[in-house]
Amino acid sequence: MALERCDVEKIAHLARLGLNDGELPRITDALNSILGLVDQMQAVDTTGIEPLAHPLEASQRLRPDQVTESNQREAYQAIAPSTESGLYLVPKVIE
Amino acid sequence: MQWEVVIGLEIHTQLATQSKIFSGSATTFGSEPNTQASLVDLGMPGVLPVLNQEAVRMACMFGLAIDAEIGKRNVFARKNYFYPDLPKGYQISQMELPIVGKGHLDIALEDGTIKRIGVTRAHLEEDAGKSLHEDFSGSTGIDLNRAGTPLLEIVSEPDMRSAKEAVAYVKAIHALVRYLGICDGNMAEGSLRCDCNVSIRPKGQAEFGTRCEIKNVNSFRFIERAINSEIQRQIDLIEDGGRVIQETRLYDPNKDETRSMRSKEEANDYRYFPDPDLLPVVIEDSFLDTIRAGLPELPPQKVERFQSQYGLSAYDANVLASSREQADYFEEVVKIGGDAKLAANWVMVELGSLLNKLGIEIDQAPVSAEQLGGMLLRIRDNTISGKIAKTVFEAMAAGEGDADSIIESRGLKQVTDTGAIETMLDEMLAANAEQVEQYRAADEAKRGKMFGFFVGQAMKASKGKANPGQVNQLLKAKLEG
Repeated sequence: MALERCDVEKIAHLARLGLNDGELPRITDALNSILGLVDQMQAVDTTGIEPLAHPLEASQRLRPDQVTESNQREAYQAIAPSTESGLYLVPKVIE
Repeated sequence: MQWEVVIGLEIHTQLATQSKIFSGSATTFGSEPNTQASLVDLGMPGVLPVLNQEAVRMACMFGLAIDAEIGKRNVFARKNYFYPDLPKGYQISQMELPIVGKGHLDIALEDGTIKRIGVTRAHLEEDAGKSLHEDFSGSTGIDLNRAGTPLLEIVSEPDMRSAKEAVAYVKAIHALVRYLGICDGNMAEGSLRCDCNVSIRPKGQAEFGTRCEIKNVNSFRFIERAINSEIQRQIDLIEDGGRVIQETRLYDPNKDETRSMRSKEEANDYRYFPDPDLLPVVIEDSFLDTIRAGLPELPPQKVERFQSQYGLSAYDANVLASSREQADYFEEVVKIGGDAKLAANWVMVELGSLLNKLGIEIDQAPVSAEQLGGMLLRIRDNTISGKIAKTVFEAMAAGEGDADSIIESRGLKQVTDTGAIETMLDEMLAANAEQVEQYRAADEAKRGKMFGFFVGQAMKASKGKANPGQVNQLLKAKLEG
């Protein structure tokens, strides 16, 4: 499976990456060589092997259900570009 | 053409934890904007999510209650999309290995039959923040208090065949999560939200038609109306030679129609992958055993017990068990008042219409279960008639105290003294001598209605306080006389 230029354009758009015309061929080649490695790995018989979700041989620690964070809005909003009435303001999102 | 409707639902329930799923921020609804949004919720670089044990426990409770396989090793994944109320650029959710696998739930249909609805899966995820589009001249305001609130997304099989079935299923899920105490079920506050997948196919066809998803419907009534309007739209479209396009739609209750949300379409490629910040969650059998042992009595068991223990009809048992609060209220009334059928009637009819009128839930009822039970005692020992009881009930609802003090202060005690009733009847009959003549001259068939007139006059004369049974009996004797 090889990626075409249009596939890379689509992925770049989904990731909000602005690639210019000069970068596209280089990125397409790089991605295809990674996919080549994946193809190679897919040739291995993995029957009966549990999929690996995480490289660490450990399971998730859980925390007790307690509120430990206090209101720090002022501090956090001090570095926000724009706020009003306690809200973060962003360019208008039209549904 | 005969069309068959196919509906599957995705229900998002906010879990009733104190803190968020991956941070120690509070989850209280309605707080000042962004006062419950910590660095983790804001998606700041360098922070790490730590999973809330209570969210895991609640998800397992739900899984056990619907007889589902529990994902003994479940995995969190990133669902990638960009939106301002999702600061990280991804939502932590579960994809391949959810915490709750295949289960099922039975719903009662209007004709009294029971239908089993499959639950495909239920997975844990974090809620997004809220975008406010009004009032900020050219900008959108973002409140991240909700970001990171734990959600259990419950995905059904496409097993429902009408809007009514879909609503019955949502109601059953709603009742269940409230019984379990894992979600407050407040749809107006968004604690339980529903996405409806709707398609149609010619009756008898095996393959499904193309489906549309109606997003975020937030009341039982709107779910039914949104689905019905979408069904009609699809039928009209196909019968006019068009075809349904798979897309996300929004329901507009004012126009009673669904409309396309085109903006969401190109985003429909979420590129899920396991979240490297979170290890697989391992559920131990001992953890599940403890939860199983602590499960409350659930709606189906309660309905069965209400029928066998109290001799209620299936319908009454279903109505009373539809919420845990109502079932508890009813049982408290029975405990004090003693007569289950009488209690069922008062809770469903008088209390039900009072709550309806006031637009409140049973846990805010102005008449407590103790008060209602106490009043039923007075009906049963003939202190008051059922009719006077309505006056007493209204007075209790108005905050005038309990039944005994109202009966005392208003002088509502039923008159059961035969002598006193007879005197009252004699006076009443004397005042209606003409009607008495007519009654005695009338044939049997006509007497029934005329008898009712005298009962009415007698009750009026006694201000409703004469014992109706005695009035009937004595009046009959006097008129025959």
